[in-house]
Amino acid sequence: MNFSVTEPSVRTKWFAGITVVLYGLITIIPLLWIIATGFKTSEDAISYPPKVVFKPTLEGYVNLFTTRTRVNQDELEDLPPPETWYEQLVRDRGQVIASPSRYGERFLNSLIIGFGSTALCMVLGTAAAYAFSRFRLPLKDDLLFFILSTRMMPPIAVAIPIFLMFKNLGLSDTHLGMIMLYTAVNLSLSVWLLKGFIDEIPVEYEEAALIDGYTRFQAFYKVVLPQAATGIASTAIFCLIFAWNEYAFAVLLTSGNAQTAPPFIPTIIGVGGKDWPAVAAGATLFLVPVMVFTVLLRKHLLRGITFGAVRK
Amino acid sequence: MAQIRIENLRKEFGAFTAVESSTFNVEDGEFFMLLGPSGCGKTTTLRMMAGLELPTSGRIFIDDEEVSKKKASQRDIAFVFQMFALYPHMNVEKNIAYPLISQGMPRKQVRQRVSEVANILGIESLLKSSIRGLSGGDRQRVALGRAIVREPKAFFMDEPLGALDAEFREHMASELMSLHSRMNATTVYVTHDQLEAMQMGDKIIVMNHGVVEQFGVPQQIYDWPATMFVADFLGSPSMNFLHGNGTIASASTQVKMNETTINIPRQTETMEGEFAVGVRPEHIQLDDAASLRCAIKATEYLGTTQIVTATTEFGEVKARVASNLDVTVGAQTGLSLISDTITVFNKATGKALLSEANKAVLAHG
Repeated sequence: MNFSVTEPSVRTKWFAGITVVLYGLITIIPLLWIIATGFKTSEDAISYPPKVVFKPTLEGYVNLFTTRTRVNQDELEDLPPPETWYEQLVRDRGQVIASPSRYGERFLNSLIIGFGSTALCMVLGTAAAYAFSRFRLPLKDDLLFFILSTRMMPPIAVAIPIFLMFKNLGLSDTHLGMIMLYTAVNLSLSVWLLKGFIDEIPVEYEEAALIDGYTRFQAFYKVVLPQAATGIASTAIFCLIFAWNEYAFAVLLTSGNAQTAPPFIPTIIGVGGKDWPAVAAGATLFLVPVMVFTVLLRKHLLRGITFGAVRK
Repeated sequence: MAQIRIENLRKEFGAFTAVESSTFNVEDGEFFMLLGPSGCGKTTTLRMMAGLELPTSGRIFIDDEEVSKKKASQRDIAFVFQMFALYPHMNVEKNIAYPLISQGMPRKQVRQRVSEVANILGIESLLKSSIRGLSGGDRQRVALGRAIVREPKAFFMDEPLGALDAEFREHMASELMSLHSRMNATTVYVTHDQLEAMQMGDKIIVMNHGVVEQFGVPQQIYDWPATMFVADFLGSPSMNFLHGNGTIASASTQVKMNETTINIPRQTETMEGEFAVGVRPEHIQLDDAASLRCAIKATEYLGTTQIVTATTEFGEVKARVASNLDVTVGAQTGLSLISDTITVFNKATGKALLSEANKAVLAHG
């Protein structure tokens, strides 16, 4: 028998374990459902009762990446035999591929804008946070409050001024415009988060480096940056998730050129009936980059969230 | 190695004056102590010498070269921080090698210097380990290693033993001293621990509220304090003060307080008003026949000696006497003072009155 104070009892362990598993299931089931729907046929996707076991098909993914036209049986027979498996798949449904869809392009826009704004946000945020953390600045507290105050209303509340501004500056529907917008929205959060992380790094490290013969900038990137990596990684994840998932501004400010994936995915519904598997396929693929990014930085993220909780 | 000269050095942070016009010299090869309570400006002074803060006014010379406005890296000095400031993302070897790499020294030579230094400090076996796993003492050794590897003109240390526990501090203090005697490098050392200062320093400068109170070798400062602050700050227990009021004439060898007469060294200064007669605890003896009467309030046993606290009509007094002396709490007895060790202070200015005994020490400052 174990009478340790810190070791939980077997019953507590089971209880905790089951709670965690249940919570995990509740969180992950909608996600699994989306992923599964992506591999269903249109009929299976809306069948009632819902199908848990089904015959997977790539139809949703093919539909996601193509636009198709319906042709009648005679025309179909006149066509040369299909060259690829996906052409075959489309013809089995009585359709032919008209052109590739714009999903790939939209996805690429999302990558450029999402990662671009995150990178810019980290560069500016780290520099600003470092200055706030290390230097005596006039009106420092007021400036910090001012920066935070930009987050006190939902960003979309200023949608109209931004829309007009972008129009006049020629930034509407450009990658640069969206990168700047998302950076502006995320910057206040990242300055605050990063300032906290940099405050935790004792200033003596830089002073030691300064005496050891490094310039202020060298001390910053050789000594401060490696130690702030944790904070930068977790802040970057928050920024990326916002920029990646942002919908309202993307609908308002982008159309033909710089449209990102979030406003594009729902438009699939309007084309040739409610193609839920294609929507689900689009959402599934859209998940992948953020997931990969987060998994890569996961080690830092966990440490980042608990950073400073315990004095080392 | 280097001689350091400080002239009228002053530092203000906004409306707050951290250091008021300090002037002193650090001789070549000296182990120099900057001593004072927290907030007295000693660390600010050191940081200005190192180039981590810019002085508001005044000048700093290292080997007759003015460095007041130069960058820290151009002063050719090494700094040891209280919390060591070892780079946690590098191992021991890299930490020690870091200053050399910044100077662009060839790899092979760097490796050789690092192993020499590791050998001096006895940390060869730690070179590949990470900083996180090291004990306080080993971290301190690595920090010293990083300082000495460059062979700088001077070492500046900001309470380097402050982060260690008491037992280990003793050990590191003696290691530091033997290191200093071997390298004979000019060292400026900041501490608030008066024992540490007296134990290790060749010279001590005592600071308070940004002002240099006294400057000299430890024994002079201990025996002949220039101010009541220094008298109180050095020594444990600190100097006793018997408070009185009246006139002290030049050439007098006695001071009369109510019915008691105390012999003092021949005075060379005159004053009138409130004064304090300062005497170290070890210069007080219990003597039933003495005219200075007291009541024993408490005793503290310290092994070879004991501290006796007694109340007199001029204030409370602590005496250090042999521990085998039988002292009863509550008893009435007398105190005799060793008269040629006494310093009389003017309470209005806080300064020591000059006498035949302390003139030689205090006249120059």
